[in-house]
Amino acid sequence: MSPSPQRSTQPADCPVDFPIIRERGQNEIFCGLTSIIWLHRKIQDAFFLVVGSRTCAHLMQSAAGVMIFAEPRFGTALIEERDLAGLADANEELDRVVARLLERRPDIRMLFLVGSCPSEVIKLDLQRAASRLSETHAPRVRVLSYTGSGLETGFTQGEDECLISLVPELPADAGTAPSLLVVGSLADIVEDQFTRLFRAMGIEDVRFLPARKADALPAVGPGTRFLLAQPFLGGTARALEERGAQRLEAPFPLGVEGTTAWLRAAAQAFGVDETRFHEVTAPAVERARAAVERTCEPLKGRRIFFFPDSQMEIPLARFLQREAGMELVEVGTPYLHREHMAPELDQLPADTVLSEGQDVDRQLDRCREAHPDLVVCGLGLANPLEAEGMTTKWSIELVFTPVQGYDQAADLAELFARPLIRRAKLRV
Amino acid sequence: MQLTVWTYEGPPHVGAMRVATGMERTHCVLHAPQGDTYADLLFTMIERRDRRPPVTYTSFQARDLGRDTAQLFMDTVRAAQERFQPQAMLVGTSCTAELLQDDPGGLAAGMDLPVPVIPLELPSYSRKENWGASETLYQLARTLAGPQAPAPGGDRPAREGRRPRCNLLGPTALGFRHRDDVREITALLDRLGIDVHVTAPLGATPADIARLGEADFNVVLYPEIAAATAQWLQRTFRQPYTRTIPIGVCATREFVHEVAELAGVDPEPVLADEGTRLPWYARSVDSNYLTGKRVFIFGDATHAVAAARVATEEFGFQVAGLGTYSREFAREVREAARRYEVEPLITDDYLEVEARVAELQPELVLGTQMERHIAKRLGVGCAVISAPVHVQDFPARYAPQMGFEGANVLFDTWVHPLMMGLEEHLLGMFREDFEFHAEAAPSHLGGTGSERSRSPEAPAGESAGNDTEAAAPGDGPQWTPEAEQELRKIPFFVRGKARRNTERYAAERDIHPITVETLYEAKAYFSR
Repeated sequence: MSPSPQRSTQPADCPVDFPIIRERGQNEIFCGLTSIIWLHRKIQDAFFLVVGSRTCAHLMQSAAGVMIFAEPRFGTALIEERDLAGLADANEELDRVVARLLERRPDIRMLFLVGSCPSEVIKLDLQRAASRLSETHAPRVRVLSYTGSGLETGFTQGEDECLISLVPELPADAGTAPSLLVVGSLADIVEDQFTRLFRAMGIEDVRFLPARKADALPAVGPGTRFLLAQPFLGGTARALEERGAQRLEAPFPLGVEGTTAWLRAAAQAFGVDETRFHEVTAPAVERARAAVERTCEPLKGRRIFFFPDSQMEIPLARFLQREAGMELVEVGTPYLHREHMAPELDQLPADTVLSEGQDVDRQLDRCREAHPDLVVCGLGLANPLEAEGMTTKWSIELVFTPVQGYDQAADLAELFARPLIRRAKLRV
Repeated sequence: MQLTVWTYEGPPHVGAMRVATGMERTHCVLHAPQGDTYADLLFTMIERRDRRPPVTYTSFQARDLGRDTAQLFMDTVRAAQERFQPQAMLVGTSCTAELLQDDPGGLAAGMDLPVPVIPLELPSYSRKENWGASETLYQLARTLAGPQAPAPGGDRPAREGRRPRCNLLGPTALGFRHRDDVREITALLDRLGIDVHVTAPLGATPADIARLGEADFNVVLYPEIAAATAQWLQRTFRQPYTRTIPIGVCATREFVHEVAELAGVDPEPVLADEGTRLPWYARSVDSNYLTGKRVFIFGDATHAVAAARVATEEFGFQVAGLGTYSREFAREVREAARRYEVEPLITDDYLEVEARVAELQPELVLGTQMERHIAKRLGVGCAVISAPVHVQDFPARYAPQMGFEGANVLFDTWVHPLMMGLEEHLLGMFREDFEFHAEAAPSHLGGTGSERSRSPEAPAGESAGNDTEAAAPGDGPQWTPEAEQELRKIPFFVRGKARRNTERYAAERDIHPITVETLYEAKAYFSR
């Protein structure tokens, strides 16, 4: 641990010289297992089996809240004392649990074995278990594995690991005809909006990763151009590039500007001329701009502080600074992927304070000292900060709510405006 | 390995957190990987605490494993001690760190910290949350109160002109109604002329824990958390402790007698003026319909056993099933189950609980958050009597379970879902009425109401969520349309039982299809 913050400047390959606070210490963020909560809603015939401890199961139940009672397609294979005795045993136990699970849930077509901290520390080889179980349960069920442990992943990185495990499963697209792949789970309604916009521009072949069904995985090959819809997919991007696909550089589709630039990256790659692009996007841009303008009134000139959580902080800060007129006090992110974030960083004011990683007590000291108008943070910090007189926006909602694209831009602004409006309203 | 979705209890380090968070001026350092901080939000969100739990995590990651995680732990302990300046520190591990070689107790002991350090052994792969809380309180008492122990064989010092005093043991952060139980029992003891010396762990400082031995006796509110400590205090300070859990009017009266005897005070003035409405409410004719209602009870052992007694003696219910997820207290629940002549259910698998509820078809379920959902699926009324609970069961209003006011709360809480069930049934009956059915036009618009278009086989209007028949197998026994129609006239909260009984009756006698006659023959047969 290096508890003292190191202020340093970016290496030369970064477009802007931001002062970056890099810290190590207590991290107040979720582990990657949490991403199962939204991934299992997206991939409708997949089951996520965490191999872990009671803590993992407890986390999932705390994070899933009421959803846990609706026959969710996730569960935990609890490691018990006798499993710790010998590894061969643990593998047999896992096979037994999986067999019982698949018997009870015949609708499952894809099973993810999700690694946790305990399974990694005892070096249970889930990858081998997955290929063994794949053979046993073929052809009905495909079994994959990835890690969602806190040792390896923070929060949304769990989705990255899941998609990385899917990439080798994608069918090969040998053709060179260009196709567009949108990478990162989006709400169905957002996917459909993007599909309509791309079609209107003349981009017909649009695929999504993850797909809604396990047997409808998008093909990938040298003709594939992909757009990252989410900022936390560094590993997935690399895996897709290894299969010949090409990443289109773009900011992320948050806010009107972000969405336009994101769509334009695809339009340019697919030779859509600017007139056509304008025709297709103009009505949506106009509508979204007016809505954002109305919603952002309470945000103008207000100072915002981001605690690290999902890696969405930098694009969100860009949207709030440029389109909602907010001032950025500190923008914390759990991990900064310089290359993928370059188009975003380009648009931030040159004196923006970024922080990567966390020592939560020190960060709280900075936050208290700055006393921002709005603090974006997790639920473990939100109420305590409210009690100290600060206004907070809990960050997890930003991952569960449809916020991407034109027609969600005002909803996104609304998520930040509401706590400020509320604080102004209350007289108690 | 055990396949699970829902878990009634968290891991033992969450129990340690519940003790630390309940206390003041205490800080806990957990050797735990990144992500284990999720447990903070149980306290800040479910219990709505306005402060962060006094817990610091080492947040180690994969890249730290190759290096010195022991050093990381010690640096974290030192930083936490300097920042928070607690009177005492707790150190322990979460499940992952338990698999590493570091020994938090030994490491912290070697650090020469200016405050007492209490090492916690929390075996995550064999024990659970309540055990963790119990062990933490026990270790706190042993470490901090131990040195104050009188010499062996010595007598307790005489009480010099002061009121008798006791400790309240067991309430923690994230405890079901602990906040208000403490207030209720403290007030009750005060009316008896007994002072509460230390309430622990909720609200206590380490200095308070050191003073535990000064009380005359102990009141154990929650044995799952406090029994081990009370036994140790009895051995060490010769303090007797209470066995009665004051939930319900009868138990509270017994509790008053018990503490009055331990304190040497007169219980009569308090018993003459109980201030509870439950006995009268239960006697009022309005409560007649409660008689013999079949109730299924599940929760932690203490609340489940207490609820079974209240249900039978104070509501006139019949216990149809009784169980617990607290394996440590399975014996108590088995004994109680024998008294009520039901099969005890000792399990932490909610699917087993669900199967038992479906099989017994009770008219009311008293349980945890989990049973609330099970009951909802099966269309049975339900009230919550035990943790785990969600945010709505940490209410803003005063809502104890214990003492005489607690009894009032129990009456309202348990009767409410039954009243709701009755109202639902009445509405359902009227919905079938020719004047009030779903397609009837509002009467003030004149006689243009449409004809009833529904066929008798498919009466609409019953919401699927409330319909126990959703649980019935699709290709089960055949019912005539008339019998199906008749079955729907039975209140929905007993309809499932009626269907099950009728089908069993028909199967045993090889009757098919089931007719209206079969339905009533079965009813007559099973009512005996």
